[in-house]
Amino acid sequence: MTLHIEIPEDTFSGILAKAFRNTAFITGFIITALILAMAIVSYVWTPYDVTKLVIADKTQGSSLAHWFGTDHFGRDILSMIMVGARNSIAVALVAVGIGMGVGVPLGAFAAARGGLVDEALMRVNDLVFAFPALLSAIMITATFGPGAINAIIAIGIFNIPVFARVARAGALAIWPREFILAARAAGKSSTQITVEHVLPNIATLLLVQGTIQFALGILAEAGLSYLGLGAQPPMPSWGRMLFDAQTRMVVAPWMAIFPGMAIVITVLGLNLLGDGIADILDPKSRRQR
Amino acid sequence: MTAYLLKRLAIAIATLVLASIVVFAVLEVLPGDPARLMLGMNASADQVELLRNQMGLDAPLAWRYLHWASGLLSLDFGRSYTYSVPVIDLVRERLAVSLPLALIALALSTIIAIPIGLFSASRRGRVGDMVAMGAAQLGVAVPNFWFALMLIYVFAVWLHLVPAGGFPGWAAGAWPALKSLLLPAVALALPQAAILARVTRSALIEVLNEDYIRTARAKGLPYRAVLWRHALRNAMIPVLTILGLQFAFLLAGTIIIENVFYLPGLGRLVFQAITQRDLIVVESVVMLLVAAVIAVNLVVDLSYAVVDPRLRTRQ
Repeated sequence: MTLHIEIPEDTFSGILAKAFRNTAFITGFIITALILAMAIVSYVWTPYDVTKLVIADKTQGSSLAHWFGTDHFGRDILSMIMVGARNSIAVALVAVGIGMGVGVPLGAFAAARGGLVDEALMRVNDLVFAFPALLSAIMITATFGPGAINAIIAIGIFNIPVFARVARAGALAIWPREFILAARAAGKSSTQITVEHVLPNIATLLLVQGTIQFALGILAEAGLSYLGLGAQPPMPSWGRMLFDAQTRMVVAPWMAIFPGMAIVITVLGLNLLGDGIADILDPKSRRQR
Repeated sequence: MTAYLLKRLAIAIATLVLASIVVFAVLEVLPGDPARLMLGMNASADQVELLRNQMGLDAPLAWRYLHWASGLLSLDFGRSYTYSVPVIDLVRERLAVSLPLALIALALSTIIAIPIGLFSASRRGRVGDMVAMGAAQLGVAVPNFWFALMLIYVFAVWLHLVPAGGFPGWAAGAWPALKSLLLPAVALALPQAAILARVTRSALIEVLNEDYIRTARAKGLPYRAVLWRHALRNAMIPVLTILGLQFAFLLAGTIIIENVFYLPGLGRLVFQAITQRDLIVVESVVMLLVAAVIAVNLVVDLSYAVVDPRLRTRQ
């Protein structure tokens, strides 16, 4: 006989209703949707052509014609930000996918098995992890050539040990708990326990880490392209725009202000969205309310 | 406990050895002749041959690795090709900028973040928590090099309080040198502090929901005592994990920040070495940074055992 207490699952409409009451989720969702929409619209329309240089219009401040001003080649900053959004989102999203897809199973597996398996996996993990991510990303992109694809790979590889480590640390804190002992006594295998008990309990931790890594992915991409190692001109990228702005801060501060704000707002939106989701789906907070 | 310490130490050393093999191997598998790569396509065959001799490229692979590795151990990193000076001199000079920078940033970040995390967790959902976490949300979203540009604009271009970049050297006196490290350290620290504050808060809240916290409260302990003695200690594992992660991030972060502020630090050295293909400098500095990360991880691992005795006995 198994003792099984049913905790009623929230229905889809229940979750939806909760989502609408969650300010962080709503705000994050709207910002993220707007940024995504902006990136998609840029494929078919931008206020100005970002590949066309109009030297006569160079370094103009905000105006009705150019809301965010123009750069040193007379290109419209707003249009460049719109096109740059595609690049940032794609790079960061794929890089988090790589990190989570490989890292979480590794970390959870290591915690569940313990012993030699744990040792071996964590030592390999430590090895990758010992190389500062951005430094290695710089080395990879500088060696294999700058560009968006190499930036994705460089950032993605170094997301793996982060997720593995957090998953393992979280799982290790769950394993000594009583309900795991109960599940063991009920004859469940360690894989079953990992999937049914450990992962749900560390999901919040992983989601929080996921939002952090997404933010870091966007930031790392901006950093790489700031150093000239990300997407290459004439493809606009937010980091590259900031690099171009740096030496012109005194005459054209808007060249630095607006692309930076685009990064801040995007990362902020994604983080709020992540926090909101965590809040809505967290079984612990559900029990308390 | 001693066995645990020794084991961790052995692992750290093994990781270091493996890392050195990886670094060495990566530079080996790079397409083309390293000497040719460093000299560029226009170099004459004689020049290439000379550098090959200098770098000992004619010796067998294993011998070269051992030679290089033993050189590292005795702090003989070889000579920089672009600067024509021993790499160790470059490193020593640059470390005098980067190490204080990273330490100031780490200290700033911890001092700001932990109290905010404690404050927010203990006032969960109230106005103070919402304001603090709103600020942290914003902080997490700010790229440190953009923040640096804005700091330069406000404090250097507008207010003329600090230099916009460059480093006068410690010989110019402690205050002028510190002054030029101030903006870079703040730029590095604030986004890190925001992340750390969020992690501290969520770890604490996780712990505050536990039964033993209720027990501690029920037996009459004041809230403050429970927060500091029971909650913070149990919340330390994720916090320490993130702190360890952040140190590596901070080290790499100096690469960009030092470029923004034109600081002659280790990060700028390695970035320039990468773009100039000065492989001897690249492999030495990378190994040095890797060794630093491994050392910090060792300390983090050991501190797990200090805060959580259960992990000590599990081994």
